Amino acid sequence: MTDSKYFTTTKKGEIFELKAELNSDKKEKKKEAVKKVIASMTVGKDVSALFPDVVNCMQTDNLELKKLVYLYLMNYAKSQPDMAIMAVNTFVKDCEDPNPLIRALAVRTMGCIRVDKITEYLCEPLRKCLKDEDPYVRKTAAVCVAKLHDINAQLVEDQGFLDTLKDLISDSNPMVVANAVAALSEIAESHPNSNLLDLNPQSINKLLTALNECTEWGQIFILDCLANYTPRDDRESQSICERVTPRLSHANSAVVLSAVKVLMKFMEMLPKDLDYYGTLLKKLAPPLVTLLSAEPELQYVALRNINLIVQKRPEILKHEMKVFFVKYNDPIYVKLEKLDIMIRLASQANIAQVLAELKEYATEVDVDFVRKAVRAIGRCAIKVEQSAERCVSTLLDLIQTKVNYVVQEAIVVIKDIFRKYPNKYESVIATLCENLDSLDEPEARAAMIWIVGEYAERIDNADELLESFLEGFHDESTQVQLQLLTAIVKLFLKKPTETQELVQQVLSLATQDSDNPDLRDRGYIYWRLLSTDPVAAKEVVLAEKPLISEETDLIEPTLLEELICHIGTLASVYHKPPSAFVEGSRGVMHKRLPARTGSGEGTECPDVGNAAGGSAPEAAPSIIPSQGDLLGDLLNLDLAPPTTTGPTPSTSGMQMGGMDLLGGGLESLLFNMVSHPKMGAGFGAAPAVMPASLNAPVGGGLGDLFDLGGGVGMPMGAYIPPKTVWLPAMKAKGLEISGTFARRAGVIQMELVLTNKAMSVMTDFAIQFNRNSFGLAPAGPLQVLTPLGPNQTIEVSLPLSTVGPVMKMDPLNNLQVAVKNNIDVFYFSCQYPISMLFVEDGKMERQVFLATWKDIPNDNESQFQIQDCHLNSEAASNKLQGSNIFTIAKRTVEGQDMLYMSIKLSNGIWVLAELKVQAGNPNYTISLKCRAPEVSQCVFQCYEAVLKN
Amino acid sequence: MIGGLFIYNHKGEVLISRVYRDDIGRNAVDAFRVNVIHARQQVRSPVTNIARTSFFHVKRSNIWLAAVTKQNVNAAMVFEFLYKMCDVMTAYFGKISEENIKNNFVLIYELLDEILDFGYPQNSETGALKTFITQTGIKSQSKEEQSQITSQVTGQIGWRREGIKYRRNELFLDVLESVNLLMSPQGQVLSAHVSGRVVMKSYLSGMPECKFGMNDKIVIDKQGKGGATEEAAGKRSGHQSIAIDDCTFHQCVRLSKFDAERSISFIPPDGECELMRYRTTKDIILPFRVIPLVREVGRTKLEVKVVIKSNFKPSLLAQKIEVRIPTPLNTSGVQVICMKGKAKYKASENAIVWKIKRMAGMKESQISAEIELLPTNDKKKWARPPISMNFEVPFAPSGLKVRYLKVFEPKLNYSDHDVIKWVRYIGRSGIYETRC
Repeated sequence: MTDSKYFTTTKKGEIFELKAELNSDKKEKKKEAVKKVIASMTVGKDVSALFPDVVNCMQTDNLELKKLVYLYLMNYAKSQPDMAIMAVNTFVKDCEDPNPLIRALAVRTMGCIRVDKITEYLCEPLRKCLKDEDPYVRKTAAVCVAKLHDINAQLVEDQGFLDTLKDLISDSNPMVVANAVAALSEIAESHPNSNLLDLNPQSINKLLTALNECTEWGQIFILDCLANYTPRDDRESQSICERVTPRLSHANSAVVLSAVKVLMKFMEMLPKDLDYYGTLLKKLAPPLVTLLSAEPELQYVALRNINLIVQKRPEILKHEMKVFFVKYNDPIYVKLEKLDIMIRLASQANIAQVLAELKEYATEVDVDFVRKAVRAIGRCAIKVEQSAERCVSTLLDLIQTKVNYVVQEAIVVIKDIFRKYPNKYESVIATLCENLDSLDEPEARAAMIWIVGEYAERIDNADELLESFLEGFHDESTQVQLQLLTAIVKLFLKKPTETQELVQQVLSLATQDSDNPDLRDRGYIYWRLLSTDPVAAKEVVLAEKPLISEETDLIEPTLLEELICHIGTLASVYHKPPSAFVEGSRGVMHKRLPARTGSGEGTECPDVGNAAGGSAPEAAPSIIPSQGDLLGDLLNLDLAPPTTTGPTPSTSGMQMGGMDLLGGGLESLLFNMVSHPKMGAGFGAAPAVMPASLNAPVGGGLGDLFDLGGGVGMPMGAYIPPKTVWLPAMKAKGLEISGTFARRAGVIQMELVLTNKAMSVMTDFAIQFNRNSFGLAPAGPLQVLTPLGPNQTIEVSLPLSTVGPVMKMDPLNNLQVAVKNNIDVFYFSCQYPISMLFVEDGKMERQVFLATWKDIPNDNESQFQIQDCHLNSEAASNKLQGSNIFTIAKRTVEGQDMLYMSIKLSNGIWVLAELKVQAGNPNYTISLKCRAPEVSQCVFQCYEAVLKN
Repeated sequence: MIGGLFIYNHKGEVLISRVYRDDIGRNAVDAFRVNVIHARQQVRSPVTNIARTSFFHVKRSNIWLAAVTKQNVNAAMVFEFLYKMCDVMTAYFGKISEENIKNNFVLIYELLDEILDFGYPQNSETGALKTFITQTGIKSQSKEEQSQITSQVTGQIGWRREGIKYRRNELFLDVLESVNLLMSPQGQVLSAHVSGRVVMKSYLSGMPECKFGMNDKIVIDKQGKGGATEEAAGKRSGHQSIAIDDCTFHQCVRLSKFDAERSISFIPPDGECELMRYRTTKDIILPFRVIPLVREVGRTKLEVKVVIKSNFKPSLLAQKIEVRIPTPLNTSGVQVICMKGKAKYKASENAIVWKIKRMAGMKESQISAEIELLPTNDKKKWARPPISMNFEVPFAPSGLKVRYLKVFEPKLNYSDHDVIKWVRYIGRSGIYETRC
């Protein structure tokens, strides 16, 4: 007898017949009927009408039949909640069955039925099953808690199931432990702050023990859970690593990758000079290579992950280039990924081999692959200078093949090579020009036009070439049009005599006959430049271009760090953070790599505890985006004013992407902050004091008065630098912006003066900041309610929050701002005094101060001189207190006053200072100690500014 | 975690559909069919994201298995699970085909209910599963039997049940290697590696504690140092030991012990299991060398000469030798002359296939062919795919040797000597290519 016959019945009246069969007395016939029902269900037919009849078959001692009925129930109970209740009795009874397999089956199935009434009845049996004597039942019950939590989270908490589940982590059976860990991890994901998993050295030890004993899947659950833990110090980190490394030899690739994830994460904490660190690095390479002999789908997952690992720690696989050579029969997705990694690993040592391979690939069949291979040759040229010549000649060989897409791709990369090595390979231009006619893709045409324009003086017939493009100007894509416009202007500036007609032609095409605003704008700019001041035009258009960077496609360091924490998962396959593809609250918690800490880290001052002193991973390639990138960032900002008003952090228009943390040393500082519960979408959020201080009245004066009553001497208001012009009217079509920053009653304010020096009325003002070092962002919209008439001036004060996206800037206190009005968007950058980030509760306990002072390594200390300051120590201290620089202690040694002060920045960084004041000497000496020494310079500037004003 | 699991036939009709999570709707079944199975383009990735739902798929003959999720799951785990799912199905009913799946759909649902709970993979060892998912009903179990099943499924040794008895204790070890090569036309080795597997078939009573030893360089060097002088150690290790780049083990092997002492100890599952996989790249014996010579005579003719040389002991015989010489797409006719075996031009595969049944070591053979081409105005040059080769040799190209496999069963009265052991070495070609 075969079961395939069930798939074939399609006649009418089937449901009716099935109904009769289900109610038959014969057991065999009943079972046959249920099978038919399930088969129909599988192919998508609606058999819910049979619900009561199927449920009737549930009471049976035939386990196979029972399972089929359960399967049916799981599918249809939700659509028939009233009738589903008929099944409850049987479930409850089955949960008491002497056979553990049946008890487990009942509780497993009940958890899958999402009907409130059934859920209510589930609680009692579940409680029993969680403590069942049989491990099989317990492991099933553990998963059931997660199911129940998915249906009704409140119920799970009320019934105390979470505690029972936590107890199961200490269960004697490894599989129960593994399932409990899986369930808890899942529940914890939807409660980011619950501390549900409560990982501590004891529980970690239990997990590591279970790791050795449980099934391959259980090992994955446990390793994935371990990866969320942050060891206290490097010793603990090392001991966990030692116990995890044996997993690298597991046959299951997922176990291996999860182990790699734990190791990559915990390695961050190990000092680099440790022997073990080197050993670990060596141990990681072979298993990663072995993953490449797995099935192609797994190879793909492995390669996507290796791509991340290679970017984070290139040293691991630097000698393994050969294993990434493409095999002829690899599936295309494997080939493309291998190619990517090959380029990342390319170095002077292996470049010859790589090039030979790439040349081979460039003759393959798959178009995408060939294109990528050609592009890769160009990238090698840019990456490894010594190889550039060989790369160029390889590209020329490929151009000779005359294969259309190969030629085009080659021209695009050659343009980049020109940008990287100016005045070196221009001899090939002639060859490129021969292929002008075959270019039909916009990118290649644009590249070729750029080349012609850029080197117009070396190409005799440049004008003819460009003219030929001009004929079909309006059919070209924007990219090509823009490039053509620029190229012709360049040509004109280089050979003005012969090309006047051409330039006029293109300018009129761009400005009069085009609908594209970008093109028109650029056309007008050139036109005016050329007509008003040709010399200036030359300086602008033929300006020396900055060299292009070597690695253009690296993943941004903060994203890379997050992805490293997600090794093995979908996020690492997509190279996107989970929030980009997971709906709802799940998985949006941003994971971070731990900071490297010294083993004896002071625990008394938790704020500084994790803020390891600027020892960011040096190996990580850091990209400081060039000017162009930043502009791009600003352009992409959504300039619509935030819809809500008020300076509370939760309404501060923070829909912008996820949290970006500081690159470099500062990034570690934000590490131990937890998400602000109100914000839902995950930012790493600001320290706890932030919201309080922001909610304080904005008024200003009141707060100051309050301070006066405090009797701590005579604090004078915080220092406010004088206003400076940030955006001259010339650069912004008549809008002049000047301003300053202030901190009033705990609120950071940007005080702007907007002046309209143009002839028309300005409206619709909006403001946006680029990512910056301390996450400054407007806490509300720019309040310019009335239109700004010509020659009018308006003063606005904009409250700022510090919960915006973070990116390290240079200088640290640089802020890039975009202001929009009805005319255009303007960009400027300004520097804010870091003192406005000093928070009110920055006064440290004496003891803590002492301990912290000692704890911060001396390397982080910096000394400055403040000259020409005629205050005595008392007055200086008062003045500084006004700017939230608190004097903690004072000592007088031989006529020299030593003031010890503490400052806390809005992102939780503490700065400790020692100020030496000698009576009669107008020169002060100040020493600053901070775990993030980058800020010292800015802090010193503040001291100087505050004391001298 | 995994939200649902679907199995389709080649037309995209659903054969099995099991949903584990509420966030996966019925429309997911159709989304995959429309966007992947019916897509005109070749599959560009085994992971597809459609409307914030991720689909993982693998194909077995013309059957598609797809796992679906909306969460950030462990992707490696999902694929490992899909492969495991295939293994389990194969162990139950043989080849994965539409016919077999339809015939066993009730069983498959039962298995899916057991090995995946709320999308979390559970014990999926066929040995254990077969004790209680039988399709014959298990109502007649005694209480002891039941608890034995559950403790096995959840236990530390989930892959083996207690109380196994054999009259004759016997075990078979197969060292199966596939040797991979990529060689340049000039005979330079671009990359070469051996990926090997040790497959063990055991029929042993009780809970036997086993220890496996091979000529692993690290172990032998260590032993050498412990006992005799350095020199003696060098001599002993010399040619006989091999450097293993990396190895992975079946879950029965105690990994922490391997990590600490590099000894391989385990209690094997009953019957067949893949004990270990390994990879070596050093001192590989390349059983064959292919020397190609391609000459273009004008635009319409190609002359190809290929020499193969066997490179192993003359007393050994290689079998099932096949050399595949690719021909251009515009080939109109081929004349072949070969010294040994049979050669044929296969137009449908665009290749000349040369087969030799047997060939001893240190021999040489040659084929020459004249390929007539149709004149074309296709600008693109012929890609010249590499010449590939298949063969089987009765030795391990990596040089791996099994030194011992000791069996201890303290509770039953049989000793290591009573176990009959068989060892066999087979080297096969993996991807063995020479560019021309």
